[in-house]
Amino acid sequence: MPSYLARIYVTPKPGVVDPQGLSILGGLRSLGYHSVSAVRAGRYLEVQLGEASSQEAAESRTTEMCRQLLANPVIEDYRFEVVEGD
Amino acid sequence: MTTTTQSPRVAVVVFPGTWSDADCHHVITNVFNAHADYVWHTESNLSDYDLAILPGGFAHGDHLRPGAIARFSPVMDGIRRMAEEGKTVIGICNGFQVLCEAQLLPGALLRNAHLQYRCQWTNLRVETTDSRFTSLSQQGDVLRVPISHGDGNYFADPDTVAQLERENRIIFRYSTPEGEITPEANPNGALANIAGIVNKNRNVLGMMPHPERCCEPELGGVDGRPIFASMLQHAGVAVPAHTS
Repeated sequence: MPSYLARIYVTPKPGVVDPQGLSILGGLRSLGYHSVSAVRAGRYLEVQLGEASSQEAAESRTTEMCRQLLANPVIEDYRFEVVEGD
Repeated sequence: MTTTTQSPRVAVVVFPGTWSDADCHHVITNVFNAHADYVWHTESNLSDYDLAILPGGFAHGDHLRPGAIARFSPVMDGIRRMAEEGKTVIGICNGFQVLCEAQLLPGALLRNAHLQYRCQWTNLRVETTDSRFTSLSQQGDVLRVPISHGDGNYFADPDTVAQLERENRIIFRYSTPEGEITPEANPNGALANIAGIVNKNRNVLGMMPHPERCCEPELGGVDGRPIFASMLQHAGVAVPAHTS
């Protein structure tokens, strides 16, 4: 069976205040990037999933992981890509 | 363990990284002369206990999100059962974050709006006495209680906040010493100045400020006492008059 790698992006939901994003926005503007209008800061995870019977199985396992632990559905959205190999 | 005493028992839950456990234990045992045990997070059976405290700290290092890992500790099965049975559960600071992650309370605690860790005194207006945590207070009382956190910025979607308001489940709000709810009195950006909420059954409270740090004059204030006195009295402890 092939092994899979999940690249997972966890981001603040629209409408949830993101103090870190606002602070980074301020930092970019103070460096002179005045055209920058917004920054949202999230989290990037690479998860070695190990073996799975198919791409679909690996993706559904990743979805479970995101729901159970990796993202808090109250404040965060997630998306991911699953690729074969490590 | 065989329990022959009828005295209510308090569980002080300890996760790796909890830091306010000794303060909570001290208040229960030395200020209120009640029985408290430290309970390590691997224990899932809390049936001996009438009241559980999830103290402040950084359970499991707060990695990923505060409370995200702690939520899966075996002790949370026991906490969930106590909550279902109508027993008293209070989460203080990190304990509040754990209760939200465990979905025993709605919402989440975001990074403080100003991104700073704040360790300071705050004023809490008692919004309702219709709870076992505030039954010995008067509505509108202002309690001076310290905070110590970096992620205390309460957030929930507008429907949830409206429901909390409608069901009178906001127990404490950050206020001025005079009891006015102002943006300046809000130390972390929490929605609607929310400092503490209860669940639907009103037996589970989460609050960011630390009442266990202000139960003796030597520590600069005693306004944490009515909170402990209320819930201990509800659990059947004869609360000494001077402590409430």
